[in-house]
Amino acid sequence: MPLSRRRRARIIRGVQYGVLVVAVVVLALVADWHQLRTAFFDVEVAKALFPDIITTALLNTILYTLLGFGFGLALGLVLALMRLSSVPPYRWIAITYIEFFRGIPALLVFIALGFGVPLAFEVALDMNVTVMLSLGLVGAAYMAETIRAGIQAVPKGQTEAARSLGMSQGRAMVSIIIPQAFRIVLPPLTNELILLTKDSSLVYLLGLALNQFELANFGRDALNEHKSLTPILIAGLLYLVITLPLGQLVRRLEARTAKAR
Amino acid sequence: MSDVTTDRGAGGAEDAPAIDVRGLRKAFGELEVLRGIDFSVGRGEVVCVIGPSGSGKSTLLRCVNLLEEPSAGRVTVAGTEVTDPDVDIDRVRRRIGMVFQSFNLFPHLTALENLTIAQRRVLRRGRPEAERIGRANLERVGLGDKATAYPAQLSGGQQQRVAIARALSMDPELMLFDEPTSALDPELVGDVLAVMRGLARDGMTMLVVTHEMSFAREVADRVVFMDGGVIVEQGTPEQVVGAPSHERTRTFLARVLDPAAAEVGEVADDGAAGRRVDR
Repeated sequence: MPLSRRRRARIIRGVQYGVLVVAVVVLALVADWHQLRTAFFDVEVAKALFPDIITTALLNTILYTLLGFGFGLALGLVLALMRLSSVPPYRWIAITYIEFFRGIPALLVFIALGFGVPLAFEVALDMNVTVMLSLGLVGAAYMAETIRAGIQAVPKGQTEAARSLGMSQGRAMVSIIIPQAFRIVLPPLTNELILLTKDSSLVYLLGLALNQFELANFGRDALNEHKSLTPILIAGLLYLVITLPLGQLVRRLEARTAKAR
Repeated sequence: MSDVTTDRGAGGAEDAPAIDVRGLRKAFGELEVLRGIDFSVGRGEVVCVIGPSGSGKSTLLRCVNLLEEPSAGRVTVAGTEVTDPDVDIDRVRRRIGMVFQSFNLFPHLTALENLTIAQRRVLRRGRPEAERIGRANLERVGLGDKATAYPAQLSGGQQQRVAIARALSMDPELMLFDEPTSALDPELVGDVLAVMRGLARDGMTMLVVTHEMSFAREVADRVVFMDGGVIVEQGTPEQVVGAPSHERTRTFLARVLDPAAAEVGEVADDGAAGRRVDR
């Protein structure tokens, strides 16, 4: 007797689960748990990391991220407005900028800024400024496109209502359009913040002093010092301490937006 | 508030008509929506513009405060020619209140803030004065208790009344209404029309694009019937709505006043049903 469609689907799903379970069991049996435990869960090494990993590394990660995000957001807003401008050269500049910085790896931007700027202008920029510029320049390209989409998502009637009350184009933008646009793009901007948190690990390319280490670099340094992978695990967990609440925030914001529609 | 009054005086002669339109044409690409419009609205006059959808009546209204740039012709508002390339249009617009079909309240602001933002940012009134005027106007449209409500918490009729109050808070010399009740559920239309009736009684100059024939008949000093981008006829409501002299007017009125008797396709084509509300 041929199997019914539903029965056949159930059998196929059962086989899939079976394969998955077998794979996990085999991997668990093959792995050297003793080695793993000593490498990743060395309590003595973990203890040695504190409190520096919080007071220096975690704080630096947050500082670098916020610096880059703040600068990127401001520049992104300017770029978004240029991109929407009725003046063609502004549009061309914005498009060129966005395409350029979206298209090249952030890693190259960091190297170019870290070494190029001091060469070109014979100035030694403060590390925080360099970090802000590097992270912000790349982040701005993405945020500009997000903000532009947000501005365009505000209904045309809003501009018309503002203008018919005698507001200038600029005043209508500042008082009416941009506040609404930011509500719309809050979830994607928060995503951008999460991405920047992780990208802040690239600052090691700028050549950091010890007290400037952020999480990833701190972990890598401690790995060499202790010959243990435990710092990597701890650093990873601390990234999650930052990014998981942000992810939660994105979901809450999205739910709120969905409800408001 | 005093500097606003002097602004107005600078606008033009006191005896000039509120709106004067000469040879107005408007084309969107190939499509000619207005094909030579001449008409004027006197001070304190209430003029209703009726006509089938696509007749250009909304475009005419939007040319008065330059939300649409006329292709040709001259538009003068209270003595100020708005089509003059050197005119400061933002200054003229302060004196012209506009009410939209889709309300266009600012959703991120409370009802009261909707009324105060332009007073403060455009007229430079202080917060206490702006709020006092705002509250008075909310009271005037019967929504004194809704000052702290956000637009999303209000019904369509309430939103439209807030929109009217928002325009009034700028102390406009004239008001433009672009199908103010077309996006409303039938049972909410009455409140909005009542507010507009009150405005007309108070002597406000009003140019109203509408499908509410009873409102036009009862409130308008003059009714203008438009079709195909031209004014077909105009006159008192008794003349235009009561005893139209043109065949096109008669056909239109027959459809609007007795939709059941009209050909289905034609009616669906007309008015609010066909136009998308953009929110």
